[in-house]
Amino acid sequence: MLAWTIYVSFIGAAILALMPKAHARVARGVALIASLASLIFTVHAILGFTPGSLLTVTRVPWIPSLGIEYHLAADGISLTLLLLTGIVAVAGVLFSWNVEKRPAEFFALYLALIGAVYGVFLSFDLFLFFVFYELAIIPKYFLIAIWGSTRREYAAMKLAIYSFAGSAMVLVGIIATLVETGGKTLNLVELAHFPFPLHSEMWVFPLVFVGFAILAGMWPFHTWAPTGHAAAPTSASMLLAGVIMKLGAYGCLRVAMMLFPAGMGAWSFHVLGLGSWQNLFAVLALIGIVYGAGVALVQRDFKFVIGYSSVSHMGFVLLGLMTLTQIGLSGAVVQMFSHGIIAGLLFAVVGRMVYDRTHTRFLNELAPMRLAHAIPFAAFTFVIAAMASIGLPGFSGFIAEFEIIVGTWRAWPVLAVLAAVGILIGIGFTWRAMDKAFFGGGAVAQPEPAAAHAALPPITIPEKIAALLLIASTVAVGVYPRILLDMIIPALNSPLFDGLRKGAWR
Amino acid sequence: MNQFPWLSVLTLVPIVGACLALLAGKRRGAARAVAAASALVSLGITLYLWSAFNRVSGAMQFQELHAWIPALGVEYHLAIDGLGLLMVVLSAIVVLISIASSWSREEHGGLYFAMVLFLQAGLFGTFTALNFIHWFFFWELSLIPAFLLIRLWGGAGRARAANQFFIYTMVGSVALLLAFLALYLATGKFDFLDLARLSQQGQLVPALAQGLHWGGLSGGGMAACIFWAAFLGFAVKVPILPFHTWLPSAYAEAPSGTTILLTGAMSKMGLYGVLRVLLPIFPQQMQHALTLLLWLAVASIVWSALVAWMQTDIKRMFAYSSINHLGYCTLGIFVVLKLAGDPINRAAAMDGVLLQMFNHALTASVLFWFVAMLEKRSGGLHGLNDFGGLRKVVPVLCGLMGIAVFSSLGLPGLNGFPGEFLIFKGVFPLVPWAASVSLLGLLFTAVFFLVFLERVFYGPVNPRWAAMPDLSLGERLALAPVIGLMFVLGFYPQLIVGAMNSTVAQILSQVRF
Repeated sequence: MLAWTIYVSFIGAAILALMPKAHARVARGVALIASLASLIFTVHAILGFTPGSLLTVTRVPWIPSLGIEYHLAADGISLTLLLLTGIVAVAGVLFSWNVEKRPAEFFALYLALIGAVYGVFLSFDLFLFFVFYELAIIPKYFLIAIWGSTRREYAAMKLAIYSFAGSAMVLVGIIATLVETGGKTLNLVELAHFPFPLHSEMWVFPLVFVGFAILAGMWPFHTWAPTGHAAAPTSASMLLAGVIMKLGAYGCLRVAMMLFPAGMGAWSFHVLGLGSWQNLFAVLALIGIVYGAGVALVQRDFKFVIGYSSVSHMGFVLLGLMTLTQIGLSGAVVQMFSHGIIAGLLFAVVGRMVYDRTHTRFLNELAPMRLAHAIPFAAFTFVIAAMASIGLPGFSGFIAEFEIIVGTWRAWPVLAVLAAVGILIGIGFTWRAMDKAFFGGGAVAQPEPAAAHAALPPITIPEKIAALLLIASTVAVGVYPRILLDMIIPALNSPLFDGLRKGAWR
Repeated sequence: MNQFPWLSVLTLVPIVGACLALLAGKRRGAARAVAAASALVSLGITLYLWSAFNRVSGAMQFQELHAWIPALGVEYHLAIDGLGLLMVVLSAIVVLISIASSWSREEHGGLYFAMVLFLQAGLFGTFTALNFIHWFFFWELSLIPAFLLIRLWGGAGRARAANQFFIYTMVGSVALLLAFLALYLATGKFDFLDLARLSQQGQLVPALAQGLHWGGLSGGGMAACIFWAAFLGFAVKVPILPFHTWLPSAYAEAPSGTTILLTGAMSKMGLYGVLRVLLPIFPQQMQHALTLLLWLAVASIVWSALVAWMQTDIKRMFAYSSINHLGYCTLGIFVVLKLAGDPINRAAAMDGVLLQMFNHALTASVLFWFVAMLEKRSGGLHGLNDFGGLRKVVPVLCGLMGIAVFSSLGLPGLNGFPGEFLIFKGVFPLVPWAASVSLLGLLFTAVFFLVFLERVFYGPVNPRWAAMPDLSLGERLALAPVIGLMFVLGFYPQLIVGAMNSTVAQILSQVRF
């Protein structure tokens, strides 16, 4: 049944592509049904899932001469991210309810993107994984280039070039894998136990890791993210920050780290105090956390604040991965889920609730409007999202960042302290954006604020439903994190990650 | 342990109430009815707990213990001893007073009452949770509604006051979080009771020395660092000088209903933290710093009373008087660390602290309730010089408010007296200099309250308020029980002291290392 998440999305996309003149109501109806159906399939699969097992969905030969199979399977980590995709996809459709420009094509591309994302998370064949991964780049280019805003062509092209550059690096890694194994198999389960020679792991690991980490927004390859997020239409920003960045992080874990764990071992020499790729990437992740937060602190455009905050929060994912501790890795996966939900919510508030009504995203122009009074629901949602984003207890972000900090502490106490500084800066920029955008902080007193916001249309029902869906998700995980942890931790303890545990597992 | 989960229900009631109040939205009447009903149910539950509580035992009761996040050593662990019991009863009363004081304020709609109830949930959670993460969740939860209450419904300077309040308490919270993170990394435990046990067995410092490496600090040095970080978190909340500067503007700018919550209940969160966390886990570190801590407490008492005297705003004056009264509590807590002293005196001081915590909650809430009534009748004024001669215009209001003022001043026969008396009775033999200097605080308190009475109640009648209406029947009926309680506790403090005997013994027995 789980494979139908992919098929339903692509079928929906095909239907809409075949009737480009369809009315907006039909288009969004189809999109909502397809995304809801996928979410239901995912939830159904999770309810019947045995933690620690590998759920094989389909496995048929595809290109036997190269050992390539059409192999879909899921473990606890895949299921966590499938659930994230399902939730964000449904919310994205609801937040796109007002798209009137070529709606059928918009939702067709939207569904194609989601289908490809499901495909990546379900693939257990390296080649298939790569096919879906590439497939996701195309719809997101068009979504930004056609329906985007600020400098959309530039942003779309930048995103595409960065993505393809990363893919090229990954492709080299795949070819190297084929050569090493003699072209017999690209099955991830078998590759996870294949004894690659140490010298090849030492160069394939960084190549593949960086290839994927580009899409996860790793500093200094993050610059596509803020421009791309800012230019994309609301639902595309939600997918981009919420799900696409997770593709990169998932690739780092599933391919780079799972297949080439020895590549993280010590170099036997030191450069600037760094003794392994693990150390280097951990430091880059940390720079991303602090730098992203620092830059977000000085942005004037509301959407860029959120864009840079994504860079900062994704830094936590990469840092958690690099700790190579169980607690850090599980924190990284929870953070993938958590950031997906929270970034989706933040972009929805900024792009849909605020921008579509006020037609400005500049904090200085928003401040005099006193949006807290004009559209209180948007303010309410943003306050909740901001609390979740800064990692207050009770929200998913707290559990994730807490686990990551504990894991980092075990690996490198100094980095843990610096990451905590990143959290503090995060409180600062979230606070500043909230105060300026919704509570009129720093604005010169307007003589008649009432007149300015009288015209803003109220928040619609689909927006409210979608916002509550996302809030409920982050609170549910924050209050009862075992929903996810009971899937993630057994998955990390499964034989798939044997190589990592033997490497430097603590 | 498998009894009815009263404490979970206690925390759940205000959350459900808050959601209902949110749904009521703009329908003010419905929202406040929901809020009042929820607060009454909460009070009912706390009174049930009071009656069902086993007073002979100082142990934790109504315990609920479930696995929550095993990966992080986080458990769902709720329980109360006498201290927790006193705190939940006090919170229930204070929230009820707050709702009563906002009863006829038109600008307070569904959202306002929802925030009040969320804050109450935060209070109940804080006073019942025994695992740090769980506890911290509620500690922070109470901060957000408090911030919004000040930010959205406060006076002219609300933005600044709210931000100042938020930043101060957030810094304190972060310090607390880091302190407990360090403890967790060294010991693998988040449970207050477990940590206290480790500390009393003398294993905490060795565990720190083994588990953490902070640039050559010894285990004792790290324990001291962790202690001061946690101390900062609680000191901001109480507040203890010099971390009090957020308080006067927050109390003055907040709507009076919110000030009641801040002074009556939220300040007790800080004291509760000192009693529940610092005293059992860090007795050694506290004793090392005892002289400094005593000076901080004495300074809080004397300085704030002196500054209260200088105020021209009623709310600011009462705000500083709050710092002064809470100073007695911290003084009483700190002298318990005089391990060499007579146990009877230490017990007296601790009895006084518990009593004073309850009485301050009651008295300060009622005082600000009266301020709310004056604000309502004067269109929001609360300057010391805005009134005058009210005694002749609204005699009943002045009479009842006078009772609250004298209670705050510590007049024998009213509830303020026994607590302060017991604290001084304990402190004087243990640390004579602190008691003597603190007496200055009592003196200044008397002076500034007399200034208040003279400016507001006496003197020529201010013609603007010649037609001010006196208390309505509803207001009198609402006030009657709390004023009655003031007299009851004044004449019969045994009502609380008697219930707290085993708890006091338990607290004292934890202070060892």
